[in-house]
Amino acid sequence: MSLERLLRSEGGAWLTASGPAADVVVSSRIRLARNLRRHPFPPRLTPAEARRVVEEVRAALGTLRLGPSGPLELVELQALEPLERQVLVERHLVSPQHAASELPAAVAVDETESVSLMVNEEEHLRLQALAPGLQLHAAWEEADRLDDGLAERLDFAYDERLGYLTTCPTNTGTGMRASAMMHLPALVHSNQAGELVSTLARVGVVVRGIYGEGSKAHGNLFQVSNQITLGRSESEIVESLEAVVRQLVERERGARELLYREHRTELQDRVGRAYGILTHAYAISSEEALALLSTLRLGVDLQLVPQVRPEVCNELMMAVGAASVQYREGRLLEPAERDVRRAAMIRERLASRQAPRGEA
Amino acid sequence: MLCQRCGERSATVHVTRIVNGVKTELHLCHACAEASEVGLFAQSPFSIHNLLGGLLHPPAGGGRPQAELRCPACGTTYEEFARTSFLGCEECYTAFAPQLEPLLRRIQGADRHRGKRPAAPGARGRTTASRPADGAAAARAERPGAGERLAELRRQLDEAVRQEEYERAARLRDAIKALEAETRAGKGAG
Ligand SMILES: [Zn+2]
Ligand SMILES: [Zn+2]
Repeated sequence: MSLERLLRSEGGAWLTASGPAADVVVSSRIRLARNLRRHPFPPRLTPAEARRVVEEVRAALGTLRLGPSGPLELVELQALEPLERQVLVERHLVSPQHAASELPAAVAVDETESVSLMVNEEEHLRLQALAPGLQLHAAWEEADRLDDGLAERLDFAYDERLGYLTTCPTNTGTGMRASAMMHLPALVHSNQAGELVSTLARVGVVVRGIYGEGSKAHGNLFQVSNQITLGRSESEIVESLEAVVRQLVERERGARELLYREHRTELQDRVGRAYGILTHAYAISSEEALALLSTLRLGVDLQLVPQVRPEVCNELMMAVGAASVQYREGRLLEPAERDVRRAAMIRERLASRQAPRGEA
Repeated sequence: MLCQRCGERSATVHVTRIVNGVKTELHLCHACAEASEVGLFAQSPFSIHNLLGGLLHPPAGGGRPQAELRCPACGTTYEEFARTSFLGCEECYTAFAPQLEPLLRRIQGADRHRGKRPAAPGARGRTTASRPADGAAAARAERPGAGERLAELRRQLDEAVRQEEYERAARLRDAIKALEAETRAGKGAG
């Protein structure tokens, strides 16, 4: 896929499809940290060595065929405008630190954005596989296959005793971070989110807000992931995280049911107002948009807004970021102008009654 | 142990800090740890490094001066690692092994990998032409089975010990020893 197309598309295919438990789990992700033998880890790379790492990865990808998802195309971050890099950050394809890298660094993505690869971030390689809904096993199989394909072509730093050797000892072993992006509006509404975060921390599960800080996550979107990478197999990590996510799904559904049973009028009112503002506002900040989209999504899941499809909420949540809005306009915008363009895009997407996406 | 800050919940985050040679220990619950930015689970990507920094600093006065500890391959000193929590290269794991092992046990709760290993490079044949000759990779290619079997046996051993099946554990230990000897002999010959 061309970079242009990647940046123009409305987000990965993983966002639009609906997977298991899609009412609560937006997506499942597996990340694997890998490093190449005989090269210093990224914090100690010189520009010339960093360039060699990028070239080795490029060569490996050149002969790698993953099947239906097509080849991974490598894009060098230094070749991108700052705004373009920021779009990739908002789309979760690169991390903010990676986007700011001064060394030669790259990202590789397949056609559907379900498999991607960061080069020269904190580790030489960070493989990523995404699947819609709660499909951690499927995402792991996908990441595993990409990892095997790369291991046949690249020499990974690996130790029989400690496993994959990584820059940061918090990644050592499997190098694996499994995570689920969860939409938890009812748990937040009933003030249970904060308590859950500290309870889960005790069993080695990390919960972070996707946008904003700590438990004040804009859009009520949370990333739930494993802390431990050493001493457990990948399947064990996936299974135990999946068990936690399933419990969270049940708790969130229970809280939604309670809202629906006991506070239906208030709920309908809030959902209706959110829909009203989103379809009629002429200027809107990304924070307000995320909060309203979260409420709308809750209403959609409870079948209170039959005219809106859930995936449109997902797409919009990924598309309201400042860089995405500006990129769509093709130029930098003042914040006030940005809010106007953002509101227009949201009105358009919600009014189009969700015509098939991806005109690109 | 109760959290030193709120005195309500039990302390699950334990931080040792050495400031000017004075060691202080902090025992916090997760909520307070997060609030005070030392939590493993705090938002900032740097806070985990701060915490590691706390764990990594050498015990006051004990042992040889850590500043001398340096990875011969990449030049990273232990002091730099303690400050940034970044290792410089794969060889750092060997250079700092005595310090890293307890650290890994502390932050990971384990010191032995039980997951996958790099794909048996059977398909390497296809790509060898484009790769520089690599003795080490070839040597590893010859013994993928043994490594995998060892990992599996060690895993079964851990499990047997956990389940207190000591007879089975003893048999597994023997099998591991035999396989290790075999692998060493194979390497020596190769
Ligand atoms: Zn406390
Ligand atoms: Zn080193």
